[in-house]
Amino acid sequence: MDTDQLIRTLAADNAHRAPRVGALLTTGLLVAAPFSILIFATFLGVRPDVMTAMHNPFFDTKFAVTLSLAIPAIIISLHLSRPEALMRGWGWLLLLPVGLLAVAIGSEAMMAPAMPMTMRLVGKNSRWCMLAIPAMSLPLLAGALFGLRHGAPSRPAQAGALAGLLSAGLAATLYASHCTDDSPLFVATWYTIATAIVTAIGAAVGSRVLKY
Amino acid sequence: MRGREDEWTDLMRSAMAGDDAAYHRLLKAVTPVLRAAARRGLARAGQPPDQAEDIVQEILLAVHLKRHTWDSEAPFAPWLFAIARNKLIDALRRRGRRVFVNIDDFAETLPGETPQETASAGEVTAQLNTLPQRQRDVLQSIAVDSASIKDTATKFAMSEGAVRVALHRGLAALTAKLRDH
Repeated sequence: MDTDQLIRTLAADNAHRAPRVGALLTTGLLVAAPFSILIFATFLGVRPDVMTAMHNPFFDTKFAVTLSLAIPAIIISLHLSRPEALMRGWGWLLLLPVGLLAVAIGSEAMMAPAMPMTMRLVGKNSRWCMLAIPAMSLPLLAGALFGLRHGAPSRPAQAGALAGLLSAGLAATLYASHCTDDSPLFVATWYTIATAIVTAIGAAVGSRVLKY
Repeated sequence: MRGREDEWTDLMRSAMAGDDAAYHRLLKAVTPVLRAAARRGLARAGQPPDQAEDIVQEILLAVHLKRHTWDSEAPFAPWLFAIARNKLIDALRRRGRRVFVNIDDFAETLPGETPQETASAGEVTAQLNTLPQRQRDVLQSIAVDSASIKDTATKFAMSEGAVRVALHRGLAALTAKLRDH
């Protein structure tokens, strides 16, 4: 086929309209969410003392941290789905959860400690946390990659890592309502490790499936 | 140079608004620029320039299938060159070379130095033959026989909608095969 013929064929297909990447990312996440919620409802569930926990600012901080990861990651992953887009100028958004955690750790350190530091750090759920967050992330990660496949990222591994961050952020939001460890030290350690695992998976899978 | 790129942006806006002729003109207009850049990339990698047409066709297919990622408020050229650069790097890597492709390779092309001929390429043709029968028939009818969608529908006793679906699926499958082969 010569190039003029190909051009004529492409022009004949001009009427085809693809949905926006954001629409497919939303669809992917909405289809995946019930699977993550099913894992949550089957194995975890909301902690029984949630009504009292809501009065604890460190319980609420967990949601601020996880959502301040998930929402910027969604925004950046959509930005990166354009071929000419760069990470430059956008990466600072990912420092939001880090900053929040730093402030929370600082304010906890200034209060009279309810528990010794090692107990706050290790908590009661560290192993569950490292298992549950990645497990609930995987359906969301698949949904996110499905949506982002529709884009044209210049760095597929980077875009995949962002998909990992956003699904880990969403899964950690669910997990935060189950976990009774509210210390920012616990969150900074175990949530971060769980997020890193999911991000690495996202980058590895993304480098293959997000190539266009 | 600015004038040329503004013209591309205008054509692409018309194309996205449904003007098939504008889209055709745009693809014709960018092809010599892509071809010159592909030749330069191959030359720098020590590869024969006769594979340039394969790369041009791969870029055109990617442009077509990813055009919904173009923001109609933004200029068209940076978007186009980003896709072209990505595809050129991929193509050279597949041929076993790692080269740095400068974005200026595209932007600095002067209209005078661009060869105008259209050339045939082997890869698209080879992959075309691996498509399902119906998609291949439709693509061949429109590409090689220059038939319209309507004529193609009549020829194969299909609805126009079915021809459009087969056409788009065929192009998408072709692109996937070129990327993964």
